[in-house]
Parts: sequence; structure tokens; C-alpha cells
Amino acid sequence: MPSHKLPAASAQGQPTGVPTRITQGSGTRGGIGESTLRPDGTLKVTGEFAYSSDLWHEDMLWGQILRSTVAHAEIVSIDTSEALATPGVYAVMTYDDLPADVKHYGLEIQDTPVLAHGKVRHHGEPVAIVAADHPETARRAAAKIKVEYRDLPVVTDEASALAPDAVLVHENRDDHHIGHVPHPNIVHRQPIVRGDVAAARRRADVIVEGEYTFGMQDQAFLGPESGLAVPEEDGGVHLYIATQWLHSDLRQIAPVLGLPEDKVRMTLAGVGGAFGGREDLSMQIHACLLALRTGKPVKIVYNRFESFFGHVHRHPAKLFYEHGATRDGKLTHVKCRIVLDGGAYASASPAVVGNASSLGVGPYVVDDVEIEAIALYTNNPPCGAMRGFGAVQACFAYEAQMDKVAKELGLDPVEFRQRNAMEQGTLMPTGQPVDSPAPVAELLRRVKAMPMPPERQWESSEGADVRQLPGGLSNTTHGEGVVRGVGYAVGIKNVGFSEGFDDYSTARVRMEVVGGEPVATVHTAMAEVGQGGVTVHAQIARTELGVAQVTIHPANTQVGSAGSTSASRQTYVTGGAVRNACELVREKVLELGRRRFGPYHPAWATAELLLEGGKVVTDGGEVLADLVDVLGDEAVEVEEEWRHRPTEPFDLRTGQGNGHVQYSFAAHRAVVEVDTELGLVKVVELACAQDVGKALNPLSVVGQIQGGTTQGLGVAVMEEIVVDPKTAKVKNPSFTDYLIPTILDTPTIPVDVLELADEHAPYGLRGVGEAPTLSSTPAVLAAIRDATGLELNRTPVRPEHLTGTV
Amino acid sequence: MDFLRPASWEEALAAKAEHPAAVPIAGGTDVMVEINFDHRRPEYLMDLNRIGDLYEWEVGAESVRLGASVPYSRIMEHLRAELPGLALASHTVASPQIRNRGGVGGNLGTASPAGDAHPALLAAGAEVEVESVRGARRIPIDDFYTGVKRNALAPDELIRAVHIRKADGPQQFSKVGTRNAMVIAVCAFGLALHPETRTVRTGIGSAAPTPVRAKAAEEFLNAALEEGGFWDNGKIITPSVAKRFADLCAAACNPIDDVRGTAGYRRHAVGVMARRTLTWTWESYRGAHRITEGAA
Amino acid sequence: MRLNFTVNGRPQEADDVWEGESLLYVLRERLGLPGSKNACEQGECGSCTVRLDGVPVCSCLVAAGQAEGREVVTVEGLADFARQRACGTASHGTSLDEARQWQAGGADSRTGEGTELAPVQQAFIDAGAVQCGFCTPGLLVAADEMLERNPNPTDADIREALSGNLCRCTGYEKIMDAVRLAAARQSEGV
Repeated sequence: MPSHKLPAASAQGQPTGVPTRITQGSGTRGGIGESTLRPDGTLKVTGEFAYSSDLWHEDMLWGQILRSTVAHAEIVSIDTSEALATPGVYAVMTYDDLPADVKHYGLEIQDTPVLAHGKVRHHGEPVAIVAADHPETARRAAAKIKVEYRDLPVVTDEASALAPDAVLVHENRDDHHIGHVPHPNIVHRQPIVRGDVAAARRRADVIVEGEYTFGMQDQAFLGPESGLAVPEEDGGVHLYIATQWLHSDLRQIAPVLGLPEDKVRMTLAGVGGAFGGREDLSMQIHACLLALRTGKPVKIVYNRFESFFGHVHRHPAKLFYEHGATRDGKLTHVKCRIVLDGGAYASASPAVVGNASSLGVGPYVVDDVEIEAIALYTNNPPCGAMRGFGAVQACFAYEAQMDKVAKELGLDPVEFRQRNAMEQGTLMPTGQPVDSPAPVAELLRRVKAMPMPPERQWESSEGADVRQLPGGLSNTTHGEGVVRGVGYAVGIKNVGFSEGFDDYSTARVRMEVVGGEPVATVHTAMAEVGQGGVTVHAQIARTELGVAQVTIHPANTQVGSAGSTSASRQTYVTGGAVRNACELVREKVLELGRRRFGPYHPAWATAELLLEGGKVVTDGGEVLADLVDVLGDEAVEVEEEWRHRPTEPFDLRTGQGNGHVQYSFAAHRAVVEVDTELGLVKVVELACAQDVGKALNPLSVVGQIQGGTTQGLGVAVMEEIVVDPKTAKVKNPSFTDYLIPTILDTPTIPVDVLELADEHAPYGLRGVGEAPTLSSTPAVLAAIRDATGLELNRTPVRPEHLTGTV
Repeated sequence: MDFLRPASWEEALAAKAEHPAAVPIAGGTDVMVEINFDHRRPEYLMDLNRIGDLYEWEVGAESVRLGASVPYSRIMEHLRAELPGLALASHTVASPQIRNRGGVGGNLGTASPAGDAHPALLAAGAEVEVESVRGARRIPIDDFYTGVKRNALAPDELIRAVHIRKADGPQQFSKVGTRNAMVIAVCAFGLALHPETRTVRTGIGSAAPTPVRAKAAEEFLNAALEEGGFWDNGKIITPSVAKRFADLCAAACNPIDDVRGTAGYRRHAVGVMARRTLTWTWESYRGAHRITEGAA
Repeated sequence: MRLNFTVNGRPQEADDVWEGESLLYVLRERLGLPGSKNACEQGECGSCTVRLDGVPVCSCLVAAGQAEGREVVTVEGLADFARQRACGTASHGTSLDEARQWQAGGADSRTGEGTELAPVQQAFIDAGAVQCGFCTPGLLVAADEMLERNPNPTDADIREALSGNLCRCTGYEKIMDAVRLAAARQSEGV
């Protein structure tokens, strides 16, 4: 059996790859609104930035998870004896070895067993864990664990979930949704009723129905789930982990370990993308359990195959819509029913239902609505958070409907949308007024006004350049069968956590003189997953505190919660917390200045004072003192929580309530070329216009929009986790068969950024990350419909759907 | 697991004779995936990277002797004139990184119906040179594929080279995937015109348990071209002939439904590719034909 | 088994290597060079791209034993590699203005001070081509090799050369900008 040679660089007792403070200076002001560069950029381009899978510790063991090979079965027996006897194996654990009374976890509903107990509910559910001195030893040992299953019938869709004799995925539910759901295989149900649909229906000149299917998308972040758990002398554990929310993890981990939260220390390791897929726990508890059991550091790294089982996916959905409109192009009403497949465990399903229902009509003025959204429990893979959740599925369907209605009315699809576009002051179906700019018509106007990409760009003097044609390098067409199509879509996404959630963040900001210069240190628990939050924090500190040098402290649980890096919320909420803490620090610094220098200059008492360029200045521009002199040897530090405006839950019968904090809007125009004979699609251009309120970092904002747009493109034409409807087993858990766009599939993405300030938000900003993922997909689908004339009611659209060969 | 590192072809043959279960590894683009994903734990891995001969090719009068490990990127770069179909197929293999490592020997050894080289080899006409300590032999490409991921190799044999007929006319290769790069074939089609023998050969990938030729389609087209004097007059192939050819190519498929595509789509797509590649190659032949006529 | 090979110009030795280990594993877990990334381990993402005797390959698909006696360049050695190459090569190609679709500018990161970067590394930072950064090392090795072969690439050339490297964050636009920028700077000798 293999053994391990130690990397020479490692120090005794301390893991290598532990994140360190990064100090970034700035030659310019480097404040908000500038495209300052990432503080972690140099580390990332040199390969020195340590991701969670890069961590290493002397004497560390490797953890391995044994997962169920079937989707729904009773566990008759588990025999670990042979695995335990394998040389190099330090521990094998099953449900029976869990140390505490708490043996389940979950984001909102604690329904997920740490290790399967009595039964497994989905393909790939963790059953046992192994720690060994080499990953191959751990794999071989896991393979020697004998699990006997007795198959149970699988629940795979609404019909099998709600049938009179349906098997219950979870018996004896006692969560807070069970009281209002019509069936125990429904996680959560949210109706929204407003106005009088029956009456509105009578006013409609046209009524258009549609039934839509949204496939299961995977986040497919590139950095696999991984982390390192190091046992500590006080009986606790230190977990270095890639996650989206340290404190949410902590809240779920500690009880299962039987430890108080202060004995579970967490540090954010480098995160290789997230997109919602790290909101739930993956290997966190397993690594900690093995570390505490063996007394040795334990590293777990999923491979890509396991990653497809190791995190929740985007809910696949069936959506049923009815739209009515008058001849003059005004919507009369919308009825819809959205059925989301939550899979075996609840994860974020309740919030997904809330978004799908409350945003189910789209960014339009509709006074009369009847909406129902439900999430099912099934034996399919668990589904939860992914960029734009709930809103993404709905947008695909309502935008298809908008095109259908426009066609029925003989109206231009953009014109029809503009006639019904919501604006500031419009009431949502929930009755909540939209109380900040909602430039829906303007975004559509802008995206339509962008110059069109030239026709037949693939033609050259040397013949067709296949790289620019559908099929690309595969050489399937030299122009034959290729038809261009253009499509538009617009979407609405909520920003931040909704429905009464106490959505706060904490920032600790410190100012002191280091090396003769004033330096601000920003310490939050915000998970930097690539979005550039660390860049923005430094910019805010420079703007508010007038310093050039900012140190970003590694994120950990030694500071209060920053909430989740999701829901487009971090720049708003943790950015808001950093600004707030900076303001408090500034007050303290000025107080210090007044004490030291006030007696010598009346402006200290009378003028509005600012910190700029390392100095205290009056609003008239007079310099009162150097910060270096004000601070002297003192350090000024503040840690403070910050909250956005509170929200309310939606009424469980009517869906009414001020449930959201802020809305975010984006519009897309897709230009595609379709090989109509082979059903292959080349997206030629995907233009986007988005309102961001205020671009704190324009370069990052554009990067977010382009990235989100591309994920929307992926689920339009290629991305889908395929689950066998008979067995509920995943058929394509690999990058060979779960395809995400390559650089040859991705078009140019011109972006038009609008900045209409939201007066309720810090700096007027609007969350950016998710909105572009919404409208990208329906725009591409609309363009394909335009090219082919086909109805196309599902996404992703595959060649079979375009060629009638399903 | 043991790692064998033969320094020469003779050592490799001896090692394979001693350990017939040894898995040869050259580019590693199939074998390492299976090892990384825990699908395979061979007792012996036999590295072929040290055998320089496998990375060489010779252009002869009739054919090219292509070493089993010559990377696809080199075929694309250096053999476009002699082996245009294979060069086009090579360009569709996975990614630049994979094309830098993988070679035709690996495709043949794995014998997956989705291997990109197969349709081009079938269409061009080739023989696989295999050898063991018992001796060398050449297996015609038509007899090489014996089942899903099975080939005609004996357990002690290794693939040394492929002898591919030099193109005497235009060749084309098309592959359908659901992505514009780095994609495994949903199905693929190779076509070669052989003006010297006045024949057309085809190859179909990923649409039957093994790579296959569409023989009925070839026979039909050979007869139709001969009958209409097309090889001499260089006229445009009539649409009805092209359609019949395409239909017969589609009929030669025996595909399955899987996660990459439906059987119905595969049949349909092979027909479309057959028609298009016939058009492209024939247009190219006509162009060359006209030039020859003009020169004469 | 024992393994001897050269990484970033330095001879390296690894002992007790399991025969099924990949070059990627040896680099990351035995030599303390985790810059090459383990995103798919099946040759479908390019995150582990290194140069093996000068040729870009997926190190996850190279059996460790196959690297015996070979020269490997990883992202950790890219700056040195580029500097050595620059000694003795003159460059030419597109003008800086032509290539400059990016709109970075603004402040510089002082965290880069003291770290000498290859031009393509600097361009990735400047153009905003790095988000989570997990794909970045592989992309840098691939892009650097393409610019070495083809100092004046068209957009289609760039896309083709990088089609084996998946990125999930950026939508590739800023990666295109970065490579155009690196090409332009290279041609102007910046």
C-alpha cells in the first residue's frame, strides 16, 4: 500500500494553505465606483491561492464517503468489518457511531441524516465514512463495506408523490410547513391570490395557455467540495472549508458533533465557485466526525463524479400558465401553477417556492393573478439553491408566454412587454409596492437598440470557418440549414433573504497606523466565492476612511455572521455592514481628533469633517490633520451588525405581504444561428442590459453579468442532470455527459449597465449576480423559436427537440 | 498495481506475453479516467511512452504507416494532405490538451463506438498492424471491431501502427455533439471518395454497437456514380441520389437511446451528415476534376 | 515506486508513489505544488493543464510513472518560464489599441509587488478575467503556450486554443479580453 512523502514546505502542527491577510494599496483613490483590481488576483494567477482542496497537514488522513447505489431502499444491514481491518484505515463510521443526540441537519428543516439511518432516500446518499492514510486506501476500504438494501418504490414526480397510495418520502414530519401543505410529500405550498381572475378573464380578448418543463441544472462550480478538519487540544475541531455561509454551517455542524459552537472553529478556505451549491453542507460534518474520532487531521475532496451527488441542484419544474390580454396589448390576468421537484430533502425548497410564486408573473403589471407554487419531496436528487432560484424557472415560462401572447395579438414581442412593463410604484402580486426604480421598459429598449451582430460572420475568403457555425469544430455544416433567430426576455429577481428572515451581516473594521501609514482592516465572515466581495470591501473602506491601504482579514467565525453569499445580497448587506462599521470608526477617529486637536482649530467643532487622502479635511477642503497624527499609537475598532429593511412572511392563503427587500432587473437579446436540419445551435450574441443601482466596481459588475448570462445559456441548450424516471438514478454524473458551455459555445456578451439608485440601499446599489441568469435562458429559447418556428416548451432544448426525433 | 516501463517495442511485447492482463497506457486519456474514477484497477499498467517508434509515421507510395501513439495534434498538422479524413476527425477529438496526448492506437485499443478516428479509418481503408511475441499480423479495419468496446486483438498482442491508404480523392468527417467543442460524439460520419478505384467508402461512429460502414449505401452510390458517368463528367450528384445515399446510411445504423441522444436522432443525423459530406467531397472532386480538365 | 522528473526547472523526486496516481496528484499532494487544479480528473475541464516536455496536457491523465525523466512546467513556474523565453525572442502582432476591448484601469493591487508575473498572468488580473480563479492556472498555461505559438491570434484562434478549459464564473468574455491584451502587450514589447 502506498504511503506519503511530506511536502518539504509544511510546518509542524499547522496546515499549509491557511488563508492569510491580504493588504492592498491603491495608487488612485481606489474607492467605490472604480474598477479596482482583485486583492487576491496575484495569488490566484500564480497558483499560490490555496483552495479548500489544496490544504495539507502533516499526518493528515483522507476521508471517503460510501454512497447509496439505489435511490430508495431500506438498509437491511451494514457490515464494516472488512473495511476496518484494511491496513491504513483509521476509522469507519455509520449512523450508529454518531456521537450526539442530534443526527440530522438542514438549512431550514433538519430532515437530512448525517449518515443514512434505516433507509436511503436518493441515489448517492451518504451511508458510511472512512478515514485512511491514502485516498486509494480509503476508496478500497469503502468498497469493502457491505450494505444490504431492500428496494422501496420510488417517488419521482407529482403523480407518484401525490397518488392516494403514494409512499411517503418522510414519515412523521413535524416541521413547520406540515400544517399547511395538502400532502406530506409536499415540502411547502405558497398560493398568491390577488384581484378577481374570473372577472378579468371575461375581459380578455385572447387567452394563451402553456405547459413548460425546466430541466435539472447543476451549479458545476469547478472547485470540488473539500475541506480539512483539524482536531484541537480542547476537544474541539477547526474546519477549513469552502462554503457560502460559515455561520450557517456552524449552526448545523456543532450539534451533530455534540460540541458547543465555540469549540467548532471555522475558517474560510479558498472557494472555487459556488452558485448556490455550497449553501447546504456537503463533507463538513463527515470530516469533523472523522477528525474527532481519529484524533488526526482529515481532508476530504470530492471528485467530479461525487460532486454531482454531493450538492443540491437547481429544482426541475413543471409550469402551467394561462395569460389573458386585451386586443390593445394589455395583460388582463395570469394564472399559473408551478411544481418544483425538491428531491429527497428539503434544503432551500421553501424559499424556492416563495420566489417562484411571488415572482411568477414577471416584471409586469397584472392586477388579477392566481398563483400556486409547490415543492415536492421525491426520491430524485435533492434540489436547493442555485443562482436565481425559483425566479429562473418562472422566467423561462412567463417569457415564453409573453411571446405567445404577443404573437396571438400580432404585436412585436418587445413592444408587448413594454406596454405591460412594471415601473416604480407598481404593486407586485403579493401587494407589495415596488418602491425603487424598475426600468423594465427602458432595459428592453436599450437591449433592442444595441447594434446587431453582422450576418454570416462565419463566411471567409477561405470558406466557412466552422468554429463560428453550429456544431463548431465538429464540422457539421458549412452553412447548410443554418437559420438565424432573435429573441428577447426580461426578468425580475428579489435581492436578499425574504419573507421575514432576519437578514443581517456583521463587519469588524479597525484603523491604525502601520509602518507610518494609516491602514484599515476589514474583517467579516463573508464567503468570497469569486464574486469579488473582498475587492468591494476594500473600496468601501477607502471611500469611507480615506486610506490607501486596506487589509482584508481572512473570513472566519471569530467575527459575527455575514449571512450567505447568495441571493445577490453580499454587496448590499455585508457591503452595508462594512460601510456602517466604517462610519462608526470614522466617528471615533474624529472624536479622537477633536480631543487631540479640537482646541487648536474651530473647524473641528463646526465643520462637516471627512477622511480623505489619509487626512481629516473639512467639507470645504481644508486639511485639519493627518490621520497618522490623529491616531498616534491608538487603534480604533468597531464590530457591528447591520440589517436591511425588515420583510414580512407571505400570507399562507393569499400570498400577500411585503416579502422582499429589493428587486433586480435584467433584459437580454439573444441572436442564434440554428442548424435546423441537425438541431444544433450556435449562440452568436447574447446582449444584456441591467440596472445595478450603483456599480461599486464596474469591472466586477460586468463580469457577474457575463457569467450569469452564460449559465443561463448553458441551461438553454445543453445543461441537464438526467434522472432515470424508473429508478431515480442519475445517468450523467460527469463532465463528459453533463456539459457546460466552453469558450466556443459562448458568444460575445455586450453589456449595457444602467445605474438608477435605490434610495433604500447602501450607495443606491442593487444586487447584481442573479438577474442575468434569469432572462438569458428564455431569450435564447425565443431566438431558437424564431429561427425554427417550433414551440419548444422545455429547457434545455436538445437536438432531438429541434428535429422531431425525441 | 504494477507499473511496467518497457524501453523498447520488444520489451513491451515480452511484458505483454508475460502479463496478458497488463493494460497498455500511452496518452492515458481513456485509462486514467477509469483509474481516477475508480472504474478500473488493472494489475499491471504498461507505459508505452518510452517507445519512440510508436510516435513516428512514414508516408509510403500507397499508404501512411502511422505509429499507434502519434498524437492527434500531429496528425492534424502534418498529415492533412495524405489523410484528410483522419486529420479532420483528429481535430474534433476532445480538447487541445487531449489531442496532444491521445493517438489512434488508443482509439483502436478502447474500440469504443464513439471513438472519433474510426469512421475516418473505415472510410479511408486501413489495416491495423498488431504484434505479439508470436509474430506480427495486419488486421483489416473492417474486421477489427468485434463488439461494444471489443476488438480483434489477442490478449498478448499490442497495436503498433495503422496503415492507412493515402487519399486519392476528397475526404470528409462530421460529428454531432451537443456542444461546439470538447464533446463526445452523439454520432459521427466519415466519407472518402476514391477516384482511382471509382468507389466511395463510409464510416459511421456511435450509431451501432461498433463503428460500421454503410455498405449498402456505398454499393448504391458506386453504382449510381458509375451508371451516370459522374466520375468522368463531374456533374452535380442529383438530389435523389444524394437522398437515397443518405437514407441508406441512416438505415445502416443500429443505434440506442442513451443520455447523449436518442436512436431516432442518431439515425436522422447520420443521414444529414452523409448527404452533406457527400456534397462537400463531390464539390471538391468536381473542382479538382475541372482543374484537371482545364490543364489537359 | 520512485519517480524522478523536473518541475519548473528543478529536479524532483517522489517516493512510494502508488502506480495509479496521476501526475496531478504527485504535483499537488507530494511536491507541494497545488497550483494545478483538480476540477474534474477526467480531461474535460483543463484546470490541471501543465506543460509536459513543452506540450500542454491534462496532468490528471498522465500516469505519474509516465512523467519519469520528463520536464514539467506548472502555473507556479510560468513566470520564470516566460521570462526565460523572453530573453531572445522579439515579438510582433496586433496593436495595443486594436486589442483593448477591456476597460480595467483604476487602482493597482500592491499585493502583486515583489511578485514577477508572466505577461499573460498580469493580463488576467488587469482584464478582470479572474473570479473564483479555479480555472485560472490551467487557462494561463494553455493561453501562454498559444501565444508562444501564435503571437497574433484571431478571436477564433483564441477560442479554439482555450476550448479545452472550462470556466464557470466569467462567461469567458474577460478571458478573451485578457488574452487579447497579453498578445497586444507582447507585440508592443510592454
